[in-house]
Amino acid sequence: MPGPVQSIERAAAILRLLARGSGRLGVGEIAASLELAKGTAHGILRTLQGVGFVEQDRATGKYQLGAALLHLGSSYLDVNELRSRALNWADALAARSGEAVRIGTPLEGSVLVVHHVFRPDDTLQTLEVGALLPLHATALGKVLLAYDADLAARVQRGPLESFTRRTLVTAPALTRALAAVRDAGWAADVEECVPGEAGIAAPIRSSGGLVVGAIGISGAVERLCGARSRPDATLAGHVRDAARAVSRDLGAAR
Amino acid sequence: MAHRYVMAIDQGTTSTRCILFDQRARLVSVVQREHQQHFPKPGWVEHDAVEIWRNVDRIVPRALREAGIDASDVAALGIANQRETTVLWDRHTGTPVGHALVWQDTRTDELVRELGQRPGAEEVQRRCGLPLSTYFSAPRVRWLLDHTPGLRERAARGDVLFGTMETWLIWNLTGGPDGGAHVTDVTNASRTLLMNLGTLDWDPELLAFFGVPRAMLPEIRPSTDVHGTTRRVVPGIRIAATLGDQHAALFGQTCFAPGEAKCTYGTGSFLLMNTGAEPVHSGHGLLTTVAFKLGDEPARYALEGPIAITGSLVQWFRDGLGLIRNAPEIETLARTVADNGGCYIVPAFSGLFAPYWRSEARGIIVGLTSYITKGHLARAVLEATGWQTREVVDAMNADSGLAAANLKVDGGMTADNLLMQFVADVLDVPVMRPMHAETVSLGAAYAAGLAVGFWPDLEGLRRNWHRAAQWLPQMPAARREEEYANWRRAVELTFGWMRPRGGGPPDPRNPGDKN
Repeated sequence: MPGPVQSIERAAAILRLLARGSGRLGVGEIAASLELAKGTAHGILRTLQGVGFVEQDRATGKYQLGAALLHLGSSYLDVNELRSRALNWADALAARSGEAVRIGTPLEGSVLVVHHVFRPDDTLQTLEVGALLPLHATALGKVLLAYDADLAARVQRGPLESFTRRTLVTAPALTRALAAVRDAGWAADVEECVPGEAGIAAPIRSSGGLVVGAIGISGAVERLCGARSRPDATLAGHVRDAARAVSRDLGAAR
Repeated sequence: MAHRYVMAIDQGTTSTRCILFDQRARLVSVVQREHQQHFPKPGWVEHDAVEIWRNVDRIVPRALREAGIDASDVAALGIANQRETTVLWDRHTGTPVGHALVWQDTRTDELVRELGQRPGAEEVQRRCGLPLSTYFSAPRVRWLLDHTPGLRERAARGDVLFGTMETWLIWNLTGGPDGGAHVTDVTNASRTLLMNLGTLDWDPELLAFFGVPRAMLPEIRPSTDVHGTTRRVVPGIRIAATLGDQHAALFGQTCFAPGEAKCTYGTGSFLLMNTGAEPVHSGHGLLTTVAFKLGDEPARYALEGPIAITGSLVQWFRDGLGLIRNAPEIETLARTVADNGGCYIVPAFSGLFAPYWRSEARGIIVGLTSYITKGHLARAVLEATGWQTREVVDAMNADSGLAAANLKVDGGMTADNLLMQFVADVLDVPVMRPMHAETVSLGAAYAAGLAVGFWPDLEGLRRNWHRAAQWLPQMPAARREEEYANWRRAVELTFGWMRPRGGGPPDPRNPGDKN
């Protein structure tokens, strides 16, 4: 078993220090208090600042605990920011795949569509931003479930509604499907939500690898799937590339 | 196969980006760096041209690296740039004369008023299509010449050069002091107040009127034209097109035919309509400008309605008031309430641009009651952009005699669904976003690609345009009219706030400030 990670211990000490007294300290004061080299303290502070756990006062340069610490439990990435950061890559995915693109985040047991790019064929389509989709029956939802054990457990405790004859309606079937998603790094639904339609999706990660949403394409099953209703590997590659590009923009490691 | 990509540099007001596109106009890599905004005094806005050049030096190699390609894979480079921002530099050393004066800078307010009373002032708009305003470059050049000892003599000898950002970057990219090309294009030159719209060359009368020596001015070229080959940063790339950023966006939205219009929502917002081969002079406060000129073909003209403050109002809400942590959060905050609660914000931070052209107007928040929360303020911030769009569209419809059937939009703010719905509501026409939100970069890339034969013709480019999103009007007509009337009353309250003299802080560095 590996030993404790020193820099995490030091980061914890910095947070405890900032949680005391006035709560505003300069990098020199922090380094002196913990007997750290100033450069070391600065590096840790910059990292903590990057994840929102500490904030730096612009005028004085002093550090304090960040607002993100107070909202650790709630979603810290604003969905409108996610859309804004993903805009270019979602467009590029729609252009490459020729299919409609949607980005989803979890909301109260469903997938909330936070961004939608039309299929690039100039047919009449309606913006679906704000729509709710079932978690267990869509590629977007399966991605969100695959990387959130708690959410997956909650969904599996409730009844799994059947939308088509292909919808996964039993907990063991869903569990197997989610394990397969984690293995592959992407998810698909083939006529599991709407007859004749399929979807392919991949996770959007922020710094540290945390999954904050899913991006995917959806469309006619004959376009998205090849022989024996297997999702097209090239399209899945485009989806994963787009997901990685957005993740990179959000600060996830490559 | 070589030459698989076209590179665009978009030198914008807040950042510089380098984007690579493939043959199907798809984004391959994007690298961006912000630069610092300097506000030395109220109304003064400056950039460090050296910082911007250094940013280009960093982002261009990185964009190539991210795409996994090198200069030999790049067919051409197109540059789009923030317009009117003025930089002067020493031809022999490449050192800028102080900071660049940004298009939002209003320090030339007094000078412009004074020029407006001189003989010849009424001729300016007829010759160049623009009203006499602090917005454009010529008064800034004049201000710098007036306020820097010895500069006028150096400029007259051609030792000091003038440029907008594309000129500065091309000069540096093609060698700088060591034989750099000193060029601009018709679209950028059309924003100086110094170019004659008919001849597309510097106008001797206008040069005399503003007191700008011709020796310091760049050569005016068509928008697509091989301006030179890069010798610095990444050597060996042909610089094949230059367009002012808004002209580039018009081009990127494929508004190639008369009557086609787009609005780009960024720091400011800019509505341009292609008017074809003849310039249309506006009776409603719009600008007449060159849309583009492709090589030896005749120039195409456009009507433009610039709005000074839209995205920068959101930035102010974030940085000045600290009510949100990042710009997209404005939508989250605005959605916490159902309407504006009777509150209106008119962001006349540096006066009002089209269609009013009131440089003395200043911003206002009106309708405050104890009921108003930050959510209502956030709504009012977004609605200000919607109403300002409506005013410009009304002016454009009146000038062109056509009622716009829809509006093509682009720019970062199109990610804001609440705002885009509001724009559709107040214009009462569908609002459409193309699949390429980066139309400024795309337009520069299109022009560069056309110039070198990477793309064959305009029709081919048109086929790349696809609708990515559409918002349909939903607001009842009565509500729209009532809200519009409220907005216009709010706008009237901003007029006349700055007094001609002593209204602003005195400027000790301005000895010419005497009337």
